[in-house]
Amino acid sequence: MSRQTPLHQVHEALGARMIDFAGWDMPVWYNSATDEHHAVRCGAGLFDLSHMAELFVTGPDAGAALDWALLIEASTMPVGRARYSMMCNEMGGIIDDLIVYRLDEHEFLVVANASNGPTVFAELVERSSRFDAQLEDQTDGFALLAVQGPKAEEIVLRLTGPELGELRYYRVAHVEVLGTTAYAARTGYTGEDGFELFVPAELGPALWDALMAAGSDDGLVPVGLAARDTLRLEAGMPLYGNELSLETTPFDVGSARLVKPKDGGCVGGDALAAAAEEPHDFLVGLHIDGRRPARSGYEVRSDGRVVGVVTSGAPSPTLGQNIAIARLDHTPTIGGTVEVDIRGTETSATVVELPFYRRPH
Amino acid sequence: MSEIPEQLSYTAEHEWMAHGDVTTVGITAFAVEELGEIVFVELPAVGDTVTAGTPCGEIESTKAVSEIYAPMNGEILEVNDALESSPETLGEDPYGEGWLFKMKTDEGEYALLDAAGYQALIES
Repeated sequence: MSRQTPLHQVHEALGARMIDFAGWDMPVWYNSATDEHHAVRCGAGLFDLSHMAELFVTGPDAGAALDWALLIEASTMPVGRARYSMMCNEMGGIIDDLIVYRLDEHEFLVVANASNGPTVFAELVERSSRFDAQLEDQTDGFALLAVQGPKAEEIVLRLTGPELGELRYYRVAHVEVLGTTAYAARTGYTGEDGFELFVPAELGPALWDALMAAGSDDGLVPVGLAARDTLRLEAGMPLYGNELSLETTPFDVGSARLVKPKDGGCVGGDALAAAAEEPHDFLVGLHIDGRRPARSGYEVRSDGRVVGVVTSGAPSPTLGQNIAIARLDHTPTIGGTVEVDIRGTETSATVVELPFYRRPH
Repeated sequence: MSEIPEQLSYTAEHEWMAHGDVTTVGITAFAVEELGEIVFVELPAVGDTVTAGTPCGEIESTKAVSEIYAPMNGEILEVNDALESSPETLGEDPYGEGWLFKMKTDEGEYALLDAAGYQALIES
């Protein structure tokens, strides 16, 4: 039996196509994934992300515990700041990518992928055992709704008041909405501006309705996981299970910037220090010739030699052509040509830099 | 509720057939809805000999690749080339403009369904 988010009845009433995703019953599209994708690029889209894990770390040593558990330097983050980071194992392999929000001096919120939430929570408990910090998995206690797109700010501010407009990218604040205190973060996974709103689970449907009402004139539409995937792919953002895995280090996936030497070290720190000196893989973008999309797992070849593998691929609604992210074992030549084995047919692809799409505003 | 025309016969792999001098084959509205937006269709070649229940082409949506199975034994007489340049037609009109191929069928025992049988299959 799949887990259901607090918005489950809303999705059913909208006639969403539901699928099992990481053990959750989630909307994959409502009507057309392509239309939903364009709505986020041109107007605004509303996402139910309540399946993502909300893990709270509190106490005097909360920051120090996260410094040890993750790649991030959490203890030096100002209150109200958000940062993208990763949790690695002792070998430097990626357990998950996540966002850390500093809500207060002694309170952090870690948002992890749905598929990895239980693992990340168990690891956080284990890794913080020698610190004065408490861990709480509040995934079921929260509804997480995201509004993303060029119209997102206008729509969300209608509910929260204008002060939230001052909130900058990768910041988080407490806001009053629907008579309760919520967390509003200016973060997302689409390549567009937007907000992620964390409210008590029971208020999820009311917040959804209020946002839809506030955004109806601006073309706000519900968006499912299929469009979320093509949006993040165009924005060059990695997905755990595709680009990221236990077999990859941050260096293999273009995330060397996340690895910083820390005084107290961190789990996997020694392995990563060694990996920094070793050859590693590279993530690149591919423009695929022809009409057939490349899929995760397809081989990439150059002059007959296997040089890598496609990690994600789809038709790009914004670009109007097939795109893919691939992991290559050598420094890629941007503008060069490689071949992708699309189920037995060698198909030419041009190597391009990530991301495929940057918002123009 | 997906449209299931009475006069057609069906396979468990969600193909429909219109029998006449030749047999026209397509995929059902139910299958099209399951697939989502279709981006690529690969059809058999005219003159190919196909075997019931074995793959003879593929349909690719934004999310996944699915095989097209030959519904009966026989020879491919004509294919819907228009789907190559506009695969979305398949989603818009699966029982009309979105037909896949026409074939000459051999005599034999085939596990085909009528509309009621197909309806029962997709509801099960």
